Amino acid sequence: MRRFPWLATSWTMLVYGFLYLPIVVLVIYSFNDSRMVTVWGGWTLRWYAEAAADQVVIDALVLSLEIAVATATASVVLGTCAAYALTRYRRFPGKGLFTLLLNVPLVLPTVVLAMVLLLFFVSLEHVFGFPQKGFTTLFIGHTVMCVSYAAITIMSRLREVDPALEEAAMDLGARPSQVFFLVTLPAIFQAVASAWLLTLSLSLDEVVISAFLSGPGTSPLPVVIFSRARLGLNPEINVIGAVTVYLVLAGLLLSSVWLARRAKQRARENAALLRQAKVDALATSAAS
Amino acid sequence: MNQTVAARAEIAAGAPDFLKIESIRKEYDEVVAVNNVNLAIEQGEIFALLGSSGCGKTTLLRMLAGFEVPTAGRIVLDGQDITDLPPYERPINMMFQSYALFPHLTVYDNIAFGLKREGMPKAQIAERVEQMLDLVQLKPYAKRKPHQLSGGQQQRVALARSLAKRPKLLLLDEPMGALDRKLRERTQIELVHILRQVGLTCVIVTHDQEEAMTMADRLAVMREGRFLQIGTPGEVYENPKNRFVADFIGSVNLFDGELVVDEPHYCEIQTPECLFHVGHGVEGKQGMSLTVALRPEKISLEPGWQDYPYNAVQGTVTARSYMGSYTAYEIELPTGRRVRVTVTNVDRYEEPHELGARVTAHWMPSAPVVIVE
Repeated sequence: MRRFPWLATSWTMLVYGFLYLPIVVLVIYSFNDSRMVTVWGGWTLRWYAEAAADQVVIDALVLSLEIAVATATASVVLGTCAAYALTRYRRFPGKGLFTLLLNVPLVLPTVVLAMVLLLFFVSLEHVFGFPQKGFTTLFIGHTVMCVSYAAITIMSRLREVDPALEEAAMDLGARPSQVFFLVTLPAIFQAVASAWLLTLSLSLDEVVISAFLSGPGTSPLPVVIFSRARLGLNPEINVIGAVTVYLVLAGLLLSSVWLARRAKQRARENAALLRQAKVDALATSAAS
Repeated sequence: MNQTVAARAEIAAGAPDFLKIESIRKEYDEVVAVNNVNLAIEQGEIFALLGSSGCGKTTLLRMLAGFEVPTAGRIVLDGQDITDLPPYERPINMMFQSYALFPHLTVYDNIAFGLKREGMPKAQIAERVEQMLDLVQLKPYAKRKPHQLSGGQQQRVALARSLAKRPKLLLLDEPMGALDRKLRERTQIELVHILRQVGLTCVIVTHDQEEAMTMADRLAVMREGRFLQIGTPGEVYENPKNRFVADFIGSVNLFDGELVVDEPHYCEIQTPECLFHVGHGVEGKQGMSLTVALRPEKISLEPGWQDYPYNAVQGTVTARSYMGSYTAYEIELPTGRRVRVTVTNVDRYEEPHELGARVTAHWMPSAPVVIVE
């Protein structure tokens, strides 16, 4: 590689091109003043206005966000419980089976999972009259898939936490629930937060399970986009895509600003402590 | 000040059975980690559990803390049966080998953690934490997080945290394990000083015999889940009950032999190397086989092969290491057996015995001790 630096550079350019060029094109074409997606007809904001007025899209977006937040929260709660049980209890009846079942959604083709869930809900509805297809079924379906991801993310962090920390808390008089909330949770908080974000995004762009489990009038955004794309593309789709890109970019920007600020603050704190330590050392040496 | 005086008076009159461990047993499927152990510890005593890894000392400590449930037996502390109490209800605190300081809390909050769980009023907590910080001399560091402290400072925070609740019993798990050698020696003495100041009853687990001997009033040597010997460091060192203890605590030369003369305060033992005159009697019959333990520092060396009727062996120097305060020799006897001898360097100009030189090692009748196994 060192002999052909241009090769490395162009390879990198190619990779980035493949990854990001379509997104750039998508954003540009969201300003396209033409009914055809592929023909450039000048700049306009009219599709943005149209998308904003499109109640179906707005409803789908709101529903998607609601499901995603509910799913992420439920997955993280259940995932934390599962991860805790699997890492902290040396053995319990059915531990092997439980581990296996927790991994099934990761390896099972999503179509199969979606089919099975659909059949399950339909027969449930048949017998009990509940649940009707809609928010509930979507929420349960997404959670079934996302729990595994959450559990694995949290488990890998929990394994690194020294069990002596929890024992020390208990030794100092903390009851098991206090141990969890005062010591364990702060120690794994970053993993829990990233599991929440991960499952949020998994739920937001889940198409297959959503397509199977959505009911009349309750289609999440990816299902709406998918069905419209089949009917023929329209620049409004580009607008929806572009808006998603804007949101993600804003999120990234905000989080990196926040991280940078925290790093700076920590550096300042450390510097202050170091100064303090020097003053202390001087004071002790002067005293003796 | 009055408080410590009162505490000392209380300890002086302290109950001899403050902590009672009654035939404690712990099994992990088939494996017996602790095997019917009995122990009574006096109030204010510092007691060390000494043994190599896997001997059951940590399991015993964890049963005292409440992290392991004994398979059988009782633990009684200050008249209260605590065997079935969970760790958070025991008046016992532990200092962990890894210190287990809460990384997200400051030094102050780490020390206050146990007090908050007790529901102690805030002002009182502040006062107690200040007291603890004073005790371990970490007052300027109260607002720091554990990762901003050195190893020695972290250890002192861990100590302060385990002392803050004024437990009836303090458990120390390999307290010096994570410190380097120089710091270790100083900290051992400091720690004992603090423990005495507070007047705490304390159980230490360690694999380091020097640490146990420096810190403990009494110690128990453990092996395969049992106590081999319990006693003061001096007793265990000078009167080991069996070969393992003799070998584990310090270094020793062991000679197998046969009892030939047995008087109440004196005995003679014939070994293949020489005839031992030993200044204490043994319980046993003539002709029984015994082991004689002889510590290297209780032997003296003379140049040349001298004739002694007993308590001496002749050999050649095969190894020598100069350790500063003493010189360690290895003497090979004609039988091929090697004997370790240490000579204190009392004189700066002392001429060492050369490698290959012929020497005679001899000792007083009060030097060896007979082990009847």
